[in-house]
Amino acid sequence: MPLRAKVASSVSRTAAALSRAAGRGDGSVIGGWIGLKIDPELLAHLAQGRSVALISGTNGKTTTTKLTVAALEGLGRVATNAFGANMPTGHTSALAKAGATPYAVLEVDEHYLARVLDETRPRAVALLNLSRDQLDRAKEVAMMAQMWRDALAHHPGVHVVANADDPMVTWAAQRSSNVTWFSAGQRWHDDSWVCPECGGAIQRAGGDWRCTTCPLRRPRPHWVVEEDGVFDPSGAWHQVKLQLPGTVNIGNAATALAVAAQFGVRPADAVLRLASVTSVAGRYAQVERDGRLIRLLLAKNPASWLEAFDMAEAAPTLLSINARDPDGLDTSWLFDVDFSPLYGRRVLITGDRAYDLAVRLQVNGIPFEHVTTFTDAVDAVPPGRLEVIANYTAFQDIRAELDRVN
Amino acid sequence: MSTEDLRIVWIYPDLLSTYGDRGNMLILAARAQARGIPVETIEVRSDQHLPDSADLYLIGGGEDGPQALAAQRLNADGGLHRAVARGSVVFAVCAGYQLLGTSFFAKGAKYPGLSLLDLESDRGPSRAVGELHGVIDPRLGLPPLSGFENHGGRTHLGPGVSPLAQVTTGIGNDGTSEGAWRGNMLGTYSHGPALSRNPALADLLLRWATGAAYLPPLDDSWAERLRQERQLAVQP
Repeated sequence: MPLRAKVASSVSRTAAALSRAAGRGDGSVIGGWIGLKIDPELLAHLAQGRSVALISGTNGKTTTTKLTVAALEGLGRVATNAFGANMPTGHTSALAKAGATPYAVLEVDEHYLARVLDETRPRAVALLNLSRDQLDRAKEVAMMAQMWRDALAHHPGVHVVANADDPMVTWAAQRSSNVTWFSAGQRWHDDSWVCPECGGAIQRAGGDWRCTTCPLRRPRPHWVVEEDGVFDPSGAWHQVKLQLPGTVNIGNAATALAVAAQFGVRPADAVLRLASVTSVAGRYAQVERDGRLIRLLLAKNPASWLEAFDMAEAAPTLLSINARDPDGLDTSWLFDVDFSPLYGRRVLITGDRAYDLAVRLQVNGIPFEHVTTFTDAVDAVPPGRLEVIANYTAFQDIRAELDRVN
Repeated sequence: MSTEDLRIVWIYPDLLSTYGDRGNMLILAARAQARGIPVETIEVRSDQHLPDSADLYLIGGGEDGPQALAAQRLNADGGLHRAVARGSVVFAVCAGYQLLGTSFFAKGAKYPGLSLLDLESDRGPSRAVGELHGVIDPRLGLPPLSGFENHGGRTHLGPGVSPLAQVTTGIGNDGTSEGAWRGNMLGTYSHGPALSRNPALADLLLRWATGAAYLPPLDDSWAERLRQERQLAVQP
């Protein structure tokens, strides 16, 4: 590593440690920011000599990253940005902090994929899905698919692990020479009715899809989720036992296995390691408080709300909605979510934008109670399970509240 | 309308549904049913023929490519033009609102609109993103407009239409006026589920579509709280 990069890397680690010591977060952003100021090519230098996997997409990237780390750890030490700091500053900080490791698995914000591909020269990149997310500032879905497609064109050598069930992802990955396709099913279809190639209508039947006017169609997947397991490319079926809820996480596990296979890890070996993952950045974590067994589920956009309803048990459910900067300021997406799976459960609502949610639930015909604080919600339900589904900052608020007491 | 169902058509949800646009259809249907008015909602995809016999048509927001495609298909289909000639109600939001005019910009090029309203849209100097509030044309007898906007376009009204509102917060058409209406057609930059914050506007559309002079009031206390909260949020 050049001297400048060594200095930058060392300063980056120190700054991150100082930030943590000062109680200003985990330091995963500030350290990388300072390091990149000293050496703009620091990320590239830090990535050199490592076998890198990148994980990107609208939903599931933090979980899939953690599962992929677990799968690869049998081979040797793995650097990763486990705190979800998924922009180049976070990557730089994570690699600097980890020191020399043979492997790195990095979660990448979908907007930064091109740059991180350029700088880290990964062996494999996993493309999970693309759907509407914080549209008041994020790129529109079709534009994002185009950006990915262009970025991959500059990296013909990278092995792409891509979701065959998502027409946008398929189109983005389609021209790469080296693609492993996976099929994990998809609940959300409303961002891919129009063909990204020709503007024609996409037709779906069962799990299959095809464009009605051009040759774009679902590729034959090599890895296929079925029930609680996954078929590998040889046709062998592996049961996936996770400590994470929901069918969506079986799909994330399948993706992790497909990525790990690119590093020479046999799925039969990797699948056992996945069961070690219990919670992901506080998500799915269960906390007991005053006899209430509270489980936290993060749902950031319409597609992930549908997955959260699938994970939540039929128990009293608290929904919390904010619309601060990290959430996006617009609450319109509430009407893209059909809340009817909650029908028949006791539903409580809270958060900065609880009134938006109240109006939505009223139209949905779902009775609810409004509470002003998380503590009021806990007090309002009897001992037993309480499911909590919240969007990003609402989730962080509740986590902080639980950490404070426990 | 007498004993027949109120027919609401949502135009091209496969192309024009980016920001919870489904909400307007759900809200109108729920408010009609709460008054005992039977409702039929029909989602018409862009590869289907558009029926011209419905009472109320909804057009939502969308990305540039789908917007241009929707204009082309609606002009070729002619169903909406026939429905408007019959006096059907049209409520259009954001990209759908621009479509009703004579022309709009998408992907850097000018496209012909449906020419149902005397207005045209071009690109603004910056994207308008944020709360959109305004005082509605007093002839419509509605409380202030409350909404959220997210669009790159600016809209210029001709003499054949009236502005829906005068802007108090946000950009709307051009920073001064917002939306447009004429007869039974009404368009707004208040995007997505615009009616969720404007139940009185929803009822106006229902009165136009049913011919009812009066609709019994509903419990809108949650929507009212939401309106007050957003009003406080934008006060300087």
